[in-house]
Amino acid sequence: MPEIVITGLGAITPLGATAPATWAALLEGRSGVGPLDQDWAQDMPCRIGAQAAADPAADLEPSQARRLDRSAQFALKAGLEAWADAGFGLGEANQADPDRLLVALGSGIGGLTSLVANWDLLRDRGPRRVSPFTVPMLMANAPAANLGLALGARAGVHAPVSACASSNEAIAVALDQLRWGRADIAVIGGAEAAIHPLPIAAFGQMQALSRRNDDPAGASRPWDQGRDGFVMGEGAACLVAETLSHAQARGARIYATLAGTGISADSHDLVQPDPSGLGQRRAMEKALLDARLTPADIAHVNAHATSTPQGDATEARSIAAVLGPDSRAIVTGTKSMTGHLLGAAGALETLFTVLALIHRVAPPTINLDCPDADLTIDIAAGTARTLPDGDLAALNNSFGFGGHNVAVAVTNAHSTV
Amino acid sequence: MTTTASKAVLDQVAQIVTEVAGAPVADVTLDKSFTDDLGVDSLSMVEIIYAVEDTFGITIPEEESKNLRTVGDAVAFIEAHQA
Repeated sequence: MPEIVITGLGAITPLGATAPATWAALLEGRSGVGPLDQDWAQDMPCRIGAQAAADPAADLEPSQARRLDRSAQFALKAGLEAWADAGFGLGEANQADPDRLLVALGSGIGGLTSLVANWDLLRDRGPRRVSPFTVPMLMANAPAANLGLALGARAGVHAPVSACASSNEAIAVALDQLRWGRADIAVIGGAEAAIHPLPIAAFGQMQALSRRNDDPAGASRPWDQGRDGFVMGEGAACLVAETLSHAQARGARIYATLAGTGISADSHDLVQPDPSGLGQRRAMEKALLDARLTPADIAHVNAHATSTPQGDATEARSIAAVLGPDSRAIVTGTKSMTGHLLGAAGALETLFTVLALIHRVAPPTINLDCPDADLTIDIAAGTARTLPDGDLAALNNSFGFGGHNVAVAVTNAHSTV
Repeated sequence: MTTTASKAVLDQVAQIVTEVAGAPVADVTLDKSFTDDLGVDSLSMVEIIYAVEDTFGITIPEEESKNLRTVGDAVAFIEAHQA
């Protein structure tokens, strides 16, 4: 089975227009959360969000941008950054074999803004004013398909939909495809654009969103006793993964090794995580097994940690149970700064995990002023923490409505940076 | 039908084609075919038809829209049907 390495990174997030800008802000402990100034937000119980730091359509032709949902615009922006970062070109300069290139990119919600906008047109002005691009804009596979089209991917385009675990599932799908020899290169990621009145109202009705409207930067506070729900974020993150031999043959810079993934399902409740944490533990244990790692190898965990009262507590217990009492792992919850990018969260946090290994630093968890009393995990509270020298391995967790649990394991084996 | 009026209609059509399909305004001349010269695909053509209807306050029946092959066809149709 070939080893799979990561050679390119790209992101557009509430913290920056690129992966390096996002990472720099993350290490500084900056919050990407702010007030939602839109008129529609003023009657909502939640009036805060983590909006993208840049317009994803800035580099697109207006005629192209208007036929892409914002979620697909995010996917293109992050995907093309990752592609260039890996040293690949576009068009004539694209040296990748299209039949050996795949895309796996998830979105939790898809083109909801386009769907609702065209429903408004249908209701107000009749069927002849509905855009003929409505379906290719609303479908949840549109971000993946548009990126595949831009890169010329012919080995397959995959778009796993598993709510907030979507892009970690995309990583799992891509890793399997590469290991089975069905492609040499995969562009993997997630994209989400759900800062729209309907999901803000709907998640609000579930009591899932923070209502700390008077303190946006303090609203996302994983494991803090004052947490009261997640903060909606938007954006995209992408990683280029390829077989080790392919990367070495073209002299690519290797960031990290995509060592393994683990998938489980709670089968407990559609939206509540199983309080026993069984499914979460299974996902982490399977990822370790798949990566041939032991709990003692894990130096860092980027937790799902959305800042919900029950979710954070359950995950902390699950991590502690998997890694054991002697673990040296430094755990962090980067949603404290980025907000929750839903289907894009897994890819973004795996990207953070890769950068954490490269730079040997665990990004901080901000706003953790008064941690839950019974925490037994070591959290990078307030400031970034240094990771040890030598071989490093790390886990990234993503859990989604539907009971989806996906853990990703990365290591610094084969790293050339 | 005056030349000045035709020019005004053409300018508005050109603006629509540019906005929808990205063709440069200057390329949108009477002799150009939407699909062969201006890169307008079938879905974009639907958008162009509806934008023309909104802009000029006319209705273009589906069987008529199939006959609008060139920019000149569209301009002529608009001028013949404008109130």
